[in-house]
Amino acid sequence: MKFINIFLIVAIILNFNFLKADEIKTENKIAKNLRCLICQGQSVHDSDSEFAISLKIVIKNKIQEGLSEEQIYNFLKMKYGEWILYDPVFNRNTYFLWLLPILIFLAGGAIIIKRFYYKK
Amino acid sequence: MKSRYIPSILILIFLITFVIFFKGLKNSNIYTPDTNLKKEVPSFELKSFENDSIVISEKIFQDNDYYFMNIWASWCIPCKEEHEFLMELKKNDKIQLVGFNYKDNFTNASSFLKDLGNPYDIILSDKDGTASIEWGAYGVPESFLVYQNKIIKRFIGPINNDDLLEIQKIIR
Repeated sequence: MKFINIFLIVAIILNFNFLKADEIKTENKIAKNLRCLICQGQSVHDSDSEFAISLKIVIKNKIQEGLSEEQIYNFLKMKYGEWILYDPVFNRNTYFLWLLPILIFLAGGAIIIKRFYYKK
Repeated sequence: MKSRYIPSILILIFLITFVIFFKGLKNSNIYTPDTNLKKEVPSFELKSFENDSIVISEKIFQDNDYYFMNIWASWCIPCKEEHEFLMELKKNDKIQLVGFNYKDNFTNASSFLKDLGNPYDIILSDKDGTASIEWGAYGVPESFLVYQNKIIKRFIGPINNDDLLEIQKIIR
């Protein structure tokens, strides 16, 4: 009887962990994509500053309220501006940043093609 | 013909890189939030500092008065610096001071107020700092001037005499 009881308790605890695992995963993913505003070199996930600790709680609460990842990013962008996101949004200020690697890649490709195909 | 272009292209690339980095040198990479924002006051529910009754934000900021929302903590040294200006601001009856006790314990916070005086009309306790995040705050001390349910000015760090004069000019 005792054994069964213990087994049941362990099974229940394990089940709860299983339910929670998914939430923690998204929670960490969001926290890793956020810049800690006080400790600039770190993400919110890495930081243990008061601000980061609170922000992690906020993210957790928002997930439990049923907000999607996108909605949480938008919420934080509204509060703190785009600076808090590590992944910059594509707009007038950042198009150079986004397009430059593609341009360099294309230019490099063009040089390679020119070297190898037109030589023959 | 090829060798004629290469030096000029190299110089051009160097110049572009130089200009970009030189401009970047002057850009501040410290987070500087907008201080003149016309944002709505966020809604929140917090426990009162004195007793455990729950206070709703809509009940605090409902009148047509000016409100000065100040985030403070007894463990925060700059909060002591700004305290005399808060006491000065309290003398003005056109403004109400709302205190956000940030991640503090009751004993320390009450002895802080006992020693330096209590400038606040209402004190709420933000135990885990989540309500401060709703306001867009990221540290202590931080203050918001609220009028007609809108944040009209934001003060990062301790307020000084100039800030005090500015507030008094706005609410006059």
